[in-house]
Amino acid sequence: MTGAAADPNSFAFAGHVGAFALDVAFDAPPTGVTALFGPSGCGKTTVLRSIAGLQRMARGRVMVAGAPWQEGEIFVPPHRRSVGYVFQEASLFAHLSVKQNLLFGASRAGPAGAGAAAAFDDVVDLLGVGPLLGRATAALSGGERQRVAIGRALLSRPSLLLMDEPLAALDAASKNDILPFLERLHGALSLPVLYVTHDMAEVERLADWLVLLQAGRVLASGPLAALQSDPTLPLAARRDAAVSLEAVTGAYDAAYGLLALDVPGGRFLAPSAPAQAGEARRISIQAADVSLALRRPEQSTISNILGARIIEAAPLGSQELAVLVGLGQDGAGARLLARVTRRSWDQLGLRTGLPVFAQIKGVALVPGAR
Amino acid sequence: MTASFAAEIGPPILLTIQLAAITTALLLVVGTPLAWWLARSRAWWKEGVGALVAMPLVLPPTVLGFYLLVLLGPDGPGGWIAELWGARTLAFTFTGLVIGSVFYSLPFVVQPIRNAFEAFGERPLEVAATLRASPLDAFWNVALPLARPGLLTGAVLGFAHTVGEFGVVLMIGGNLPGQTKVLSVAIFDYVETLQWAKAHAVAAGMTLFAFAVILATTLAERRWRRARVG
Repeated sequence: MTGAAADPNSFAFAGHVGAFALDVAFDAPPTGVTALFGPSGCGKTTVLRSIAGLQRMARGRVMVAGAPWQEGEIFVPPHRRSVGYVFQEASLFAHLSVKQNLLFGASRAGPAGAGAAAAFDDVVDLLGVGPLLGRATAALSGGERQRVAIGRALLSRPSLLLMDEPLAALDAASKNDILPFLERLHGALSLPVLYVTHDMAEVERLADWLVLLQAGRVLASGPLAALQSDPTLPLAARRDAAVSLEAVTGAYDAAYGLLALDVPGGRFLAPSAPAQAGEARRISIQAADVSLALRRPEQSTISNILGARIIEAAPLGSQELAVLVGLGQDGAGARLLARVTRRSWDQLGLRTGLPVFAQIKGVALVPGAR
Repeated sequence: MTASFAAEIGPPILLTIQLAAITTALLLVVGTPLAWWLARSRAWWKEGVGALVAMPLVLPPTVLGFYLLVLLGPDGPGGWIAELWGARTLAFTFTGLVIGSVFYSLPFVVQPIRNAFEAFGERPLEVAATLRASPLDAFWNVALPLARPGLLTGAVLGFAHTVGEFGVVLMIGGNLPGQTKVLSVAIFDYVETLQWAKAHAVAAGMTLFAFAVILATTLAERRWRRARVG
């Protein structure tokens, strides 16, 4: 059983929905959040619906926790799949109270017992829906509705949680209301989550693993930072291209309000509220904020200057390049993406393998992330 | 006139209520699955079935009544069924009247229920499926409760329409006291025999009944909608 649970969940679909052709295959790790990212109409939602069995692609293979949900002639109907599904609109049952909504899946997933009651209290706590229990669903705000919908899905004891742009239908205030709950969820749950979104900010805050979709195909899939830092992927060409790194907090300089953040191969200083040393934090560094120099710049206002080595470069249009550098003398540390002009590249004689200094103008602590 | 009138009009009132109640119950049992199928099936011929169901809306009651008479009579399927208990025909019987009423009032029950099923769409059923509810479970515990306003409207319209039916009754039921003599036929009787006061009394009663039914349904629906949205 433990062996099966450690297997990655794997998904593959091929077929048509109307004129749209889908042909995808990817794995997702057995725990953590996997983001399915891509522009509207790239097939993200179709993939999610096919995994839940709400839609049946001509050819498909769905393996979750070692169990086949679809394979060859096998097609497990949706109500026999231990899946939790959070739709873009909360879709609460209008004829039931908040509590009845929460318990709808719980009562069908197995007999109520002491364990189930404890799980109910945990989920209610985690999502902060305690004060809403007695209310009618119509009396809830958008963010509250979506929290109840997430709780309802969790209480059906899924072995895979699917979330289809759960924040897309919310206004900015409700989004900010619900994101911290999603982050807590990420910390508290051991179950795998597939999270569909077209918002890179949500990916940065929530995802560990990324599947890039485009026009019904998988462009790439892998750990978040690895895909973000790949200069050949379209992510690197975005104006807001950035790399997320898992850092550990070091000393806090109270006089200047700067927090030291260690990553493999280097240490950053970032403005921050006071923090304990030794905590895991996610930081984000935009490619536009990273410049490269051959010699260590002196007397600069930029406080984050780290030795690095160029690993790879790819053109962004005709004027710029996306350059991947690895921190440390050997370039084996954390990887950053730098956006440089082709002119600078040529004038400095930059090339793959060259040792450089990376100047980082902005280091952002990703809010709430671990 | 009052005591004798009461004795006279009592049986038709009772018969009318019996007929309408039995017909409504049957219509809900038959009409709900039919409405569900019409709302959700992707069969190309489903609108053909939909049109058949809606026919009594536009068909002259005498035409429907005529065909029913043929079907229920001794040479039709109604006659063969009646033979099972030794009778000759279903025409001019209470059973025949129930069968006729079910056909005649079918669209008034099916249409509002179908609309209610279509109004909430696929999503609540998909949600139910991802929460481990089998299709039957989802039908009972999600679709039917969500369609409650439509079911109420359908039941009320079916009941009221059966109470008011005249043409079909006359064609297949005639005017047998205690058997097929319902209120609408009673009014016709009174007018034919120039008993205007009695016709007035029955007509006024039925007008009041119709008004009360429409008002109560509208209020109940509004309360439900408010409970859901507000």
